[in-house]
Amino acid sequence: MSAQHVTSVAPAGWVGQSVRRREDAPLLTGRGRFIDDLEPVAGLRHAAILRSPHPHARIRSIDASAAEKLPGVIGVVTGAQIAQVAGIIPSVVRSKMRFQVCATTKARYCGEPVAVVVATDRYVAEDALELIEVDYEPLPGVAHLEDALGPDAPLLFEEAGTNVAQKRDFTYGDPDAAFAGAHKTFKLDYRFPRSMATPVETYGVIAQFEPHPDRYTVWANFQGPFVLQPLMAGALGVPGNRLRIITPPNSGGSFGIKQAIYAYMVLMAAVSRLVGVPVKWAEDRLEHLMASSSATDRTGEVEAAFSKEGELLGLRYKNVVNLGAYIRAPEPASVYRMHSTSSGAYRVKHLAVENTLVVTNRMPAGLNRGYGGPQFYFALERIMEIAARGLGIDAAEIRRRNVVRKDEFPYDSPAGSLLDSGDYEKCLDEMLRLADYPKLLARREEARKNGKLFGIGIALGVEPSGSNMAYVGLAQTAEQRGKAEPKSGANASVTISIDPSGGVTVQLDSTPNGQGHATVAAQIVAQALGVSPEEVDVLTEADTRTIAWSIASGNYSNRFASAVTSAILGCAQKLALKLRQMAAEEFKVDPGAIELAEGAARVRGDPQRAVGVGRLASRAHWNPAGMPAGVSAGMIETFVLDAPTLTSPGDDDRIASAMTYGFVADLAAVEVDRATGRIEIVKYVSVHDVGTMLIPLMVEGQIHGGFAHGLGAALFEELVHDRAGNFVSGTFAEYLCPTAPEMPHVDIGHVSTPTPVNATGAKGMGDGSSMLAPAALANAAADALGREDVELPLSLNRLWELANARPMTTSGTYGGVQKKAASDDLPGSLQGEGTTTLSAPPEEIFRRLLDPEVLATVIPGCSRMEKSGADAFEAEVSIGVAGIRGVYAAKIRIAEKSPPRSMRMDFRAQGKLGNGRGSAVVELAPEGAGTKLTYRYGADVGGTVAAVGGRMLGSVTGVLIAQFFKAFEAYGKAGASAPGLWTKVSGWLGKAKG
Amino acid sequence: MIRLKPGTRHPVSLTVNGKPQAGQAEARTLLTDFLRHELKLYGTHVGCEHGVCGACTVLVDGRAVRSCMQLAVECDGATLQTVEGLAPSGELNVLQKAFNRHHALQCGFCTAGILISATQFLAENPDPTEAEVTEMLSGHLCRCTGYFPIVAAILDAAGEMRNAKPIQKEMS
Amino acid sequence: MKPVAFEYCRPDTVAEAVTLLDEFGADASVLAGGMSLGAMLNMRLVRPAAVLDIKRIAGLDAISINGEIRTGALLRQAAALANVELMRAIPLLALSLPNVGHFQTRNRGTLGGSVAHADPSSEIPLTLATLGGSVELQSKRGTRRVLAREFFLDILTTQREPDELLTALLWPKAKAGAGYAFAEIAQRHGDFAIVACAAEAVLKGDGSLASLAFGLGGVERRPIVIDTAGFLGKRADAALAAEIAATAAASVEPMSDFKATAEYRRALVKTLGSRVLAEAFEKSGANK
Repeated sequence: MSAQHVTSVAPAGWVGQSVRRREDAPLLTGRGRFIDDLEPVAGLRHAAILRSPHPHARIRSIDASAAEKLPGVIGVVTGAQIAQVAGIIPSVVRSKMRFQVCATTKARYCGEPVAVVVATDRYVAEDALELIEVDYEPLPGVAHLEDALGPDAPLLFEEAGTNVAQKRDFTYGDPDAAFAGAHKTFKLDYRFPRSMATPVETYGVIAQFEPHPDRYTVWANFQGPFVLQPLMAGALGVPGNRLRIITPPNSGGSFGIKQAIYAYMVLMAAVSRLVGVPVKWAEDRLEHLMASSSATDRTGEVEAAFSKEGELLGLRYKNVVNLGAYIRAPEPASVYRMHSTSSGAYRVKHLAVENTLVVTNRMPAGLNRGYGGPQFYFALERIMEIAARGLGIDAAEIRRRNVVRKDEFPYDSPAGSLLDSGDYEKCLDEMLRLADYPKLLARREEARKNGKLFGIGIALGVEPSGSNMAYVGLAQTAEQRGKAEPKSGANASVTISIDPSGGVTVQLDSTPNGQGHATVAAQIVAQALGVSPEEVDVLTEADTRTIAWSIASGNYSNRFASAVTSAILGCAQKLALKLRQMAAEEFKVDPGAIELAEGAARVRGDPQRAVGVGRLASRAHWNPAGMPAGVSAGMIETFVLDAPTLTSPGDDDRIASAMTYGFVADLAAVEVDRATGRIEIVKYVSVHDVGTMLIPLMVEGQIHGGFAHGLGAALFEELVHDRAGNFVSGTFAEYLCPTAPEMPHVDIGHVSTPTPVNATGAKGMGDGSSMLAPAALANAAADALGREDVELPLSLNRLWELANARPMTTSGTYGGVQKKAASDDLPGSLQGEGTTTLSAPPEEIFRRLLDPEVLATVIPGCSRMEKSGADAFEAEVSIGVAGIRGVYAAKIRIAEKSPPRSMRMDFRAQGKLGNGRGSAVVELAPEGAGTKLTYRYGADVGGTVAAVGGRMLGSVTGVLIAQFFKAFEAYGKAGASAPGLWTKVSGWLGKAKG
Repeated sequence: MIRLKPGTRHPVSLTVNGKPQAGQAEARTLLTDFLRHELKLYGTHVGCEHGVCGACTVLVDGRAVRSCMQLAVECDGATLQTVEGLAPSGELNVLQKAFNRHHALQCGFCTAGILISATQFLAENPDPTEAEVTEMLSGHLCRCTGYFPIVAAILDAAGEMRNAKPIQKEMS
Repeated sequence: MKPVAFEYCRPDTVAEAVTLLDEFGADASVLAGGMSLGAMLNMRLVRPAAVLDIKRIAGLDAISINGEIRTGALLRQAAALANVELMRAIPLLALSLPNVGHFQTRNRGTLGGSVAHADPSSEIPLTLATLGGSVELQSKRGTRRVLAREFFLDILTTQREPDELLTALLWPKAKAGAGYAFAEIAQRHGDFAIVACAAEAVLKGDGSLASLAFGLGGVERRPIVIDTAGFLGKRADAALAAEIAATAAASVEPMSDFKATAEYRRALVKTLGSRVLAEAFEKSGANK
């Protein structure tokens, strides 16, 4: 039997049944086993990672001697040591921007690993982190795409000479002609923010190194793709068979993000080797939000050409993509996953795509639910909506006129996606029916008459499933690709065995994170072997040393339903054939006359002639010599499914990048309260074509979950960095995931066109509305607000600004205070100014401001202040608010001075809790016998205090600076002999208020 | 008055799921770490360690609280219930069965905390509205389900519990 | 994310607690419910030499309603909400408390802890300040009371001296015929309020305004109570509500952060404040 041959199953038996999940009982009773529950080897020690508090800094030296001496510490390793055993991890982009798992000479994002401590427990390990002295030279950072592309932008990689990692252009058809001949064209400049999937379980890694020969075993809640395994082995300098990767029985959600854990797997493997003990690292939430893996933020330009009748003639995309600090493999895959689907669900023939990949001082990007889909559909579906308005065609109607028609499948789209099957118009009809569209339009009209902001938005698109492993190659030119071995396809491997007692065991390569693979697999195998699902045990733990796996193994791109289920079926059919052949010999009939049912192999139509499946299995084990002629020994089969349609990209950059394409059509109706910016989702409809629904309850579970991620990205979630790259959304109080009260009712509809490309007819559907909801909600909000410049997330503040014709606050700029900052001479996300009247004349004030003794007295919590050069000071200050106090080493330099009128000072402070840098201008003018002092400052604050205290950062900075000047004045009044000055400062502040 | 010095471990005794348990903890040891690593009760999960996600929720003296924001030594002498204690007979309880029926869990990582919150909630509110369930659930993050099936499961379990206890209902 | 090493002290009496505070001063963190302290400890933002767990001090969660209304510092938010008599006695608190955190945090979080922590967006400090309540502070030096309106100084900063323990909140009795209203805008349910408005209004029989307390949380760096003396005696209707809110909006100096600009907060004071005031007027009117 050929490896690819799988007989399609009729939709009967297990198909379409809402069975109860076998995964649930252990999870409901606290008996699930997740990575942090495992202690697979004796002598496990605990690691904590020292991370850069700076978005961009040169690492001059690291002194770990104090940390090493702390009782309980086993060892400390630095980036330089790690680099000796863990090398560079390449990406397909040929570039000097090299990725290593730990910073060595330069840190390029807040949270980048710098050193690792191993200790008896995590508490001690974290104590030791605080004892490591790193001499950083902070460098200007750049987090926003516009800034990174500017002429004077700080460079992350000086050796590359640019922050542009790559630029590629693609043309399909003749877009220029299409645009030239268009009746109307529409264009949108947009921005798509950074978000991440944040599963409730974070990363976890256990790593053990053993010598003679060098061998690594790594347990991790890794989700694949296992194409990363050879990359990891390569970085660690061992052949693949000496990097053993094991995944735990349970994984607490991933949505793609647990792909990027591989960098930490390499890191901990290296640490285990260097320290000589097995280590466990459990990522904490702050680490996860700051330094795991995010979706890409983008700025983009999309242009669409239309005929008078509303036919979409051509599309042009310019995507500027923020990869973060490194091109961490498999990036830039997020840019290319949707590339061959650049026409979406439409019949448009002419496309132009320009991709500019940029590095900035943010965490590296990687797989996150939708993987490039939310960004892509935001562009495409926003421009469709804009075009509908511009052409005066109903938004649903313009889509109907352009979607691929039912009789056009399989549809070869211009950039290479082979859309296998579908009935998009029927989905559209179902969406409009569920939405009660005419009534909704009437409601909008009525609301608008009453002055309300009511809007409707639609977004639809195809959902690729089962990735072609070769699509990442589009990041290379055809010529570059030609120099390497061709790549294609997507294997799925399954092993099934029946033990001598008749128990069936299935081993998958699909590393689930909660999607119920075991339940589905058991149903498929049970039906194929004629046994009950309870007799089928399914192992989903992957172990690269024991299971059948390949580079495409893992849980991503909706791979399970589209590919793995067919492999399961194919494998089960191999065993089933063997059972039928054995029974056929016993009953002297043709194997085709044997059916497997009710635990037995029996002659069809003559159920008395039956032999138990267990008995046949036992026979195969105990009496291999008695197997029928031509039937191989053993009761174990491995099946490797290939996807023959997934070929290599051609020289024309066309590629079929997925096996099968589902379809999603979403409609949102919203009302925005002009006074508060509150958005109410009054209707949300989501129609899906997932082909055959294997288990409907689980299909709906994925749809709801995907919608929740889409809703989060649309309304709440954003990883916020200030312009310099300091991270300020490091807790779940800043990074806002939707909770139950935020969820609107969702009307779900189904249209099923089974795919012909696999045996089950199932298309994948895990991304679902996570790709479309951001676009649908943005379209609805734009419709409600009557403006197209809507930006996500649609926070209260932003919607209020949009609804009240205010300029929109850019993210990462702390609420608009610094809108003026661009033209200011004092850069920084925190801007402030103030005035105070002092009793001494300007000359005296000017002198005091430069007197270290005076400064030592008036700077809050100053324990040391000395002159370190002409117009330069060094100080140690203990500052903070309430119990949140830290000791900071501060450096102040007077950059300009014009006595006694003005001075400009630059300052820098670094402490355990965080760091700050900025500049201030102080101006003095005589006022009576005293002085009117005016100050302005611009500052950036980073490190822990910024990451977790973003909400209060601006205010706290203001408090501290006000404290300084209050104390300064108090000093002037009380003279230098004011002991205990600081205990009362807060009191004065309170009284001075208002 | 009790004073426990830093840097050393101190005995902590408590009742967990009806059984007396004893272990050692530093003054700073979080209850999550004590339950998981000292008592080896791994059913309580750690999701954020700052009191937002709710994955670590356990009942302390009958009240659902975040165990990541408690010290183990704070709970000396307390009575705790964790997810492991919800179905002592081995059979799933009414709430657990409802979660299974409604597909109210996918990865199951947040589930333990939600079951614990719902346990106290339903004991105090045997006949909740959907809005009340949703409000109670706002103290938990789930990234898999979109919450709809969880709300449905809790409401369904509430109904079943009311039907199973007609006498108590009349009394209340 | 694990706390620094500290000494754990569990006093059984207030006397023991204040002795410890005298010993440790600002190096001690007082642990009541721990709903704010716990997170700050885990992030090592707070690095105390000692954590003083006051939860087992007998009677510190007592409620007395006869005479002056007094809630012990340890009274849990959930216990307060469940106390029908208390909620009847402090109607504004009954309106604001359900907005505090979540079911699970109210189970553990205390009224006193929230006031001592002094987050500018917190509902309980705002309610206490609006109503003109006080806090009771004890130390070895004695016991004092501070008006809530003076107690809150700045972000997370209060008049509590390092050796003092917040032992109780003192609430004025509900005014006869008063109308109470509370509303807040938060990004998600249970989040820190971007703006919270609280009002206590008493109308005379002729519909004119006899007294008004109008408090704002989340706007400035501490809860503030607007001076509304100039509006007394005027006809308490929606127009007056809008006028007072607009005046308040013009007078405040709102915070700005990456979730909400000062401009947005100011606008919310106007619109939300006007809704809350109108509701309080209406309720008082209905009480006549």
